[in-house]
Amino acid sequence: MKKSVFLGTLAVTGLAAGFAAADAHSGGTLGEVQARGALNCGVTTGLVGFAAPDANGEWQGFDVDVCRAVAAAVLDDPSAVNFVPTTGQTRFTALASGEIDLLARNTTWTFSRDVDLRFEFVGINYYDGQGFMVPRDLGVASALELDGATVCIQTGTTTELNLADFFSSNNMSYEPVPVETNAEAQQQYLAGACDVYTTDASGLAATRATFEDPAAHVVLPEIISKEPLGPLVRHGDNEWGDIARWTLNALIAAEELGVTSANVAELAGGTENPEINRLLGTEGALGEMLGLDNDWAQRAIAAVGNYGESFERNIGENSAIGLSRGLNAQWTDGGLLYAPPFR
Amino acid sequence: MSDTHSESALHTAYVRKEMLPERDPPASQKGAVLWMRENLFSSIPNAIMTVVSLYVIYYILAGIGPWMIGGIWDAESLTECRAIRDELYGHGREVACWAVITDRWHQLLFGFYPQDLYWRPILTLALFGVAVAPVLFENAPRPLLIVTAIFPFVAYFLLWGGSVWGPAAVAVGFILAWAILTYTQDILGSLAATLAAIVVPLLYWLYLVGPVAGWLHGLAPIGIEAVGSDEIGGFLLALVIGGTGIILSLPIGILLALGRQSDLFIINKCSVIFIEVIRGVPLIVWLFTASLLLNYFLPPGTNFDLMLRVIIMVTLFASAYIAEVVRGGLAALPRGQYEGADSLGLNYWQSMQLIVLPQALKISIPGIVSTFIGLFKDTTLVVFVGLSDPIGFSNLIRATSEWNGIYWELFIFIGICFWIFCFSMSRYSQWLERKLNTGHR
Repeated sequence: MKKSVFLGTLAVTGLAAGFAAADAHSGGTLGEVQARGALNCGVTTGLVGFAAPDANGEWQGFDVDVCRAVAAAVLDDPSAVNFVPTTGQTRFTALASGEIDLLARNTTWTFSRDVDLRFEFVGINYYDGQGFMVPRDLGVASALELDGATVCIQTGTTTELNLADFFSSNNMSYEPVPVETNAEAQQQYLAGACDVYTTDASGLAATRATFEDPAAHVVLPEIISKEPLGPLVRHGDNEWGDIARWTLNALIAAEELGVTSANVAELAGGTENPEINRLLGTEGALGEMLGLDNDWAQRAIAAVGNYGESFERNIGENSAIGLSRGLNAQWTDGGLLYAPPFR
Repeated sequence: MSDTHSESALHTAYVRKEMLPERDPPASQKGAVLWMRENLFSSIPNAIMTVVSLYVIYYILAGIGPWMIGGIWDAESLTECRAIRDELYGHGREVACWAVITDRWHQLLFGFYPQDLYWRPILTLALFGVAVAPVLFENAPRPLLIVTAIFPFVAYFLLWGGSVWGPAAVAVGFILAWAILTYTQDILGSLAATLAAIVVPLLYWLYLVGPVAGWLHGLAPIGIEAVGSDEIGGFLLALVIGGTGIILSLPIGILLALGRQSDLFIINKCSVIFIEVIRGVPLIVWLFTASLLLNYFLPPGTNFDLMLRVIIMVTLFASAYIAEVVRGGLAALPRGQYEGADSLGLNYWQSMQLIVLPQALKISIPGIVSTFIGLFKDTTLVVFVGLSDPIGFSNLIRATSEWNGIYWELFIFIGICFWIFCFSMSRYSQWLERKLNTGHR
């Protein structure tokens, strides 16, 4: 009975913390983050290459780099981030309720999420799409030959709906094998419980890379859906949204302009190219317009590198996952990345 | 007939004079052979069953044994594990890659808790052992109950750190309640004293604890490094949630069970509604309520710790189940026990404390313990609200490029950890039952 005091302790400290947090709720998200000294960033509960903690508990990944870049721009410290793991169910409430300031959790930008759920997607950091993987032995070269196949599919995701649309529009039938997580899907697929595994193409590549014999499995060329993944913030705080949007744009523009984490300090001394000067704050006052100082982009790039560096380090061809740039190349290389001008 | 008999007796040439030495029974009638004949091969169907079962056991062990025993303990990643395996056993043999456990055991056990502070949760667990000893074993020294009383505050202080004055200031509230209950009863009367003992500490906690703790901390800044709730994960999280839930749900559950039997209309109906609503909805729904719905009810910007919300929900859920288990025990007592207590002139609380509850709880022990075991295992459900319990960490570990593709090794490790705790709870309950079984049904 005496132990009920434990609840008391917890409840009271929890409430006290709650009131303290409520007091700081003025000056918008930027003011809150600066007062707190840390960015609360929502990430996945683990997705290869995009977000995962290493053995020391340091979060790493492509989405994590977005969080770190924003923290570096706002707080001058890429490690001043509280990573909040969110599931597919909890991510939007966590953002809407203010538990997190920024959600960088490979979330597909859709109309209803942007408009109805009242969020603000600040850009796209990865263009993904749903694909299929089959064992090479099956001798299938195209997804259109999959009539009657058994398909492993994660339940409750848009992939499930896309799959149904694709098969019915092509007048084919399939038998779904519902699985809960990607890890379970790998087991089922390798055990032969299904002929086909379908999920986002980046996920397929990551899964295939872990197989004993990756060459025995092929990812089919068809991509059956558009999955533009990007970070998002709450509606209604446009200053904060601008900071997140332009931090992401700065990383993309930095790659286009040839600014890397290695040469950013040198280039910040001033260059012939006025756009680089404006980006790095040696010319103009773009940072001040955001409510930050003029070195903001310089810090973000120094912290995580430009878009291409982050891509290569986490998910690129030389990493364990081995994704090619594809749609995620700069527009100058035939991809879709196109940062608006910094002026 | 009788002639022949007497004649042969007469002509007997030899009569044995000494006893034969004792001999062992025949080989088929003793030891392992007898045991096997009696237990394994007593009849033809039994023999067939034995052979089939032995084959099944062999088949399973032959499949899993080499996989587990041949496992690789020292590698940096799954790829390296596979390379080592090919070197050791040649291609084609599957073995476990336990290296993931050697690499990440600390995260599975402690989550993101700072590595140089691991002594704090370990010390808390050791203190927990000391604190529960006088409650679980009646021959433990009684003064240990002081440790039990202060343990919750010490545990909070050790796990979360921060200023020592926070938990201390909260503890003062309980001393306040006790003092009011003891010293003002004569002045105010019993009912008013009870009410004051509830209201005054509540007001104190709501409005005074923060300033008092802050002021004391300003005077004497004693404290240890603070650790946030989001850094508590893995098995530590399961233990904190499960342990708090178990300890708090028993008293609340008993009160609810008594409330349900009460003749007082409001108390009775409140208990019934509480129990039926909480018990009628799955735990996962309550967890989602805690993590999602409460966010909409609380004022915007309120940062009400998710872990605390989950602990409260788990406790309420377990309380409803305990209440029903205890109610079963209360109902099993013969009516005469209640009437006997009344006839002795005991008031309600005295009769419950001295006559009814000791017997009812004794009957309920198996049910209570299985509820506790279930509750402890249910803590893994928090993974669905984004808390990093052991299962959550297994997902996080699998999401690193080093260990993506690993599966059973993590689940086996987590399973063993849970089994140790659940099995010890089960053994304790059996010991308690045997000890309390005084031959009375």
